[in-house]
Amino acid sequence: MSRYILRRFLQGIPLLFVISLILFMLMMNMGDPIATMGGRSIVRPEERARLTRQLGLDKPIYVQYIYWLIGNDWTKVDLNGDGIAETPGTRHGILRGDFGTSLVNRGESVVQVIGDRLPNTLLLMVASEIVVLLGALLVGIYSALRQYSALDNILTAILFVGYSMPIFFVALLSMYIFSVLFKRWGLPYLPTVGMFDPPVGDTVGQVLLHMILPVLTMSLVSFASYSRYIRSTMLEVMSQDYIRTARAKGLPRTTIVYIHALKNAALPIVTVIGLDLPFLLGGAVVTERIFAWPGTGRLFLDYLGRGDVPVVMGILMIIAVAVVVFQIITDIVYAWLDPRIRYD
Amino acid sequence: MPGWIRGSGMIEKKNSMTAVTAQPKVATLIQDELDTPPLTLGQLTWRRFRRHKMALIGGIVLIFLFFYAFGGSLFASEKYANFNDTSISMQQPSVAHPFGTDAIGRDILARTIYGGQISLIIGLFAVMIETFFGILVGALAGYYGGVLDNILMRITEAMLNIPEIFLLIVMAKFFSGKIPDLEITGRTFSGSVVVIVVIIGATSWMYLARIVRAEFLSLKENDFVLAARATGTSNAEIIFRHILPNSFAPIVVTATLGVANAILAEAYISFLGLGVQPPTATWGNMLDGANNYLDTAPWLWFFPALLILLTVLSINFLGDGLRDALDPRSRAS
Repeated sequence: MSRYILRRFLQGIPLLFVISLILFMLMMNMGDPIATMGGRSIVRPEERARLTRQLGLDKPIYVQYIYWLIGNDWTKVDLNGDGIAETPGTRHGILRGDFGTSLVNRGESVVQVIGDRLPNTLLLMVASEIVVLLGALLVGIYSALRQYSALDNILTAILFVGYSMPIFFVALLSMYIFSVLFKRWGLPYLPTVGMFDPPVGDTVGQVLLHMILPVLTMSLVSFASYSRYIRSTMLEVMSQDYIRTARAKGLPRTTIVYIHALKNAALPIVTVIGLDLPFLLGGAVVTERIFAWPGTGRLFLDYLGRGDVPVVMGILMIIAVAVVVFQIITDIVYAWLDPRIRYD
Repeated sequence: MPGWIRGSGMIEKKNSMTAVTAQPKVATLIQDELDTPPLTLGQLTWRRFRRHKMALIGGIVLIFLFFYAFGGSLFASEKYANFNDTSISMQQPSVAHPFGTDAIGRDILARTIYGGQISLIIGLFAVMIETFFGILVGALAGYYGGVLDNILMRITEAMLNIPEIFLLIVMAKFFSGKIPDLEITGRTFSGSVVVIVVIIGATSWMYLARIVRAEFLSLKENDFVLAARATGTSNAEIIFRHILPNSFAPIVVTATLGVANAILAEAYISFLGLGVQPPTATWGNMLDGANNYLDTAPWLWFFPALLILLTVLSINFLGDGLRDALDPRSRAS
């Protein structure tokens, strides 16, 4: 097992390398970062040239990639533009944990910029994952136990529509119903934008209230596939011999369903969660944009628009690493939960 | 996809393969007792597809949507769709403007018609590119194996590891403004349409490539490939004339569902303002900035979004039906 884990990690390294290479090449046309830098307008050509040198943007792309990857403190860079490299570099490179400094927020490190926003996104992700899981278990088990009943058919139809719903449509509709219409009807209505009302402040209650709509939106899309998955695994398990045995020896139905069947039926969902979790970040881009949620998705959109390559690359690489690591963790957890799985 | 799932899939595949090859023997035995001639593959598929009521409805709705988008241009000209009159901006749905007017006074009904054309065209063309790359990569990797397989699959895996929306946004930004507007049959298309088609195609071929590769891996071990090779058939001919037609079913299903994904992808990036640029309308870019009019003009975003949902839903139903109808496993039974 440990050899398997080691092998998986070793395979992940070249994979991440290829990803970073593809992304870095795509970053080369992000617009002129100097033109939009920190609200300052740079007009003098010599100042522009100095900044270009300072940021290392005058170097060919492969040199920029190497500096980004392993840093430039092992070599000297030319800062005064006389063609002689005289100043030792200060960057350590992403491999040594230095993601660089943001171009938009001058002087702030990328880690700091992303670190400010990441908890907000994780809050949304974890909350919607929990909502999805609980809801899907409920619906999935019910549908499996009462297969082809009226409610099962209705749920199936609703889930299919939910699965085809674009995230922004769910978001707009839920905002319109729960905020605009509820307000119009004089009912208590939900807030639509931001994390809290500025006058009230950053209290737990406020954040929870502001979370409801974004979490609802993000949940609905994965809800369909999760509950279908649980429904089918549950159906499969319920037709197995050991369930028949349990029934034959007279165990109560709830014990059979929730103790005997659910344990085995819920196992495969671990893989779905593990592979899905990092991809929720993708859904967060649109959701955060609509609900003005200050998370990494919006950070990504804003800073991409302003050509802040270090921050954008940082976000993308964090996601890529998360995807790779979660795949490995999923495999390990699954093998640990289900002793029938052997990797070697 | 973890290894053990892929593994069990292969076993199932092999079982179904033997079942299919065993079929002719049984068929010849029974044929003497049959009054009617045996059904062709197409008839069998249609028969199974017909049983899938929702797929049929999906297909019909889709035909209606095509008529709406392409037939609609007989009733409203593109000039009218792009004609803005700020004195009638943000008007509620009325007889003159059944879907209302937008922020600069354009008729939303006419714009959903022309937007629908672009959205559907983007969906179809993006899938063509997706299918081309998917088949090319999958076939080369699966057929030749070895180092080539390794390189192609590492790239595929790398692309799969970045959520598609991020890739789309980054690529949309990368190619933005690089292609000039196009004039086709007297109509001007924003160059961004081409960009969007290409980038959606370029970010969605990975699943298909994996499916095609798996098909090739199992099919190339068959005797008919050995026979073809023994008679000196060229590699290209074996790939495209002998193996590829046999993996037709999963490709068709993936491509059908791919159209829905492509339309959604276009809607997402256009919604974020990085997709097709106005005045060319798409269902997606009609939604750009929709949250500013959430309470004041809900008709602005409701109709385009509803049309996207209807299209995606119909295609998903259709693809589901096609999968059941074309799946070799149900054919064997």
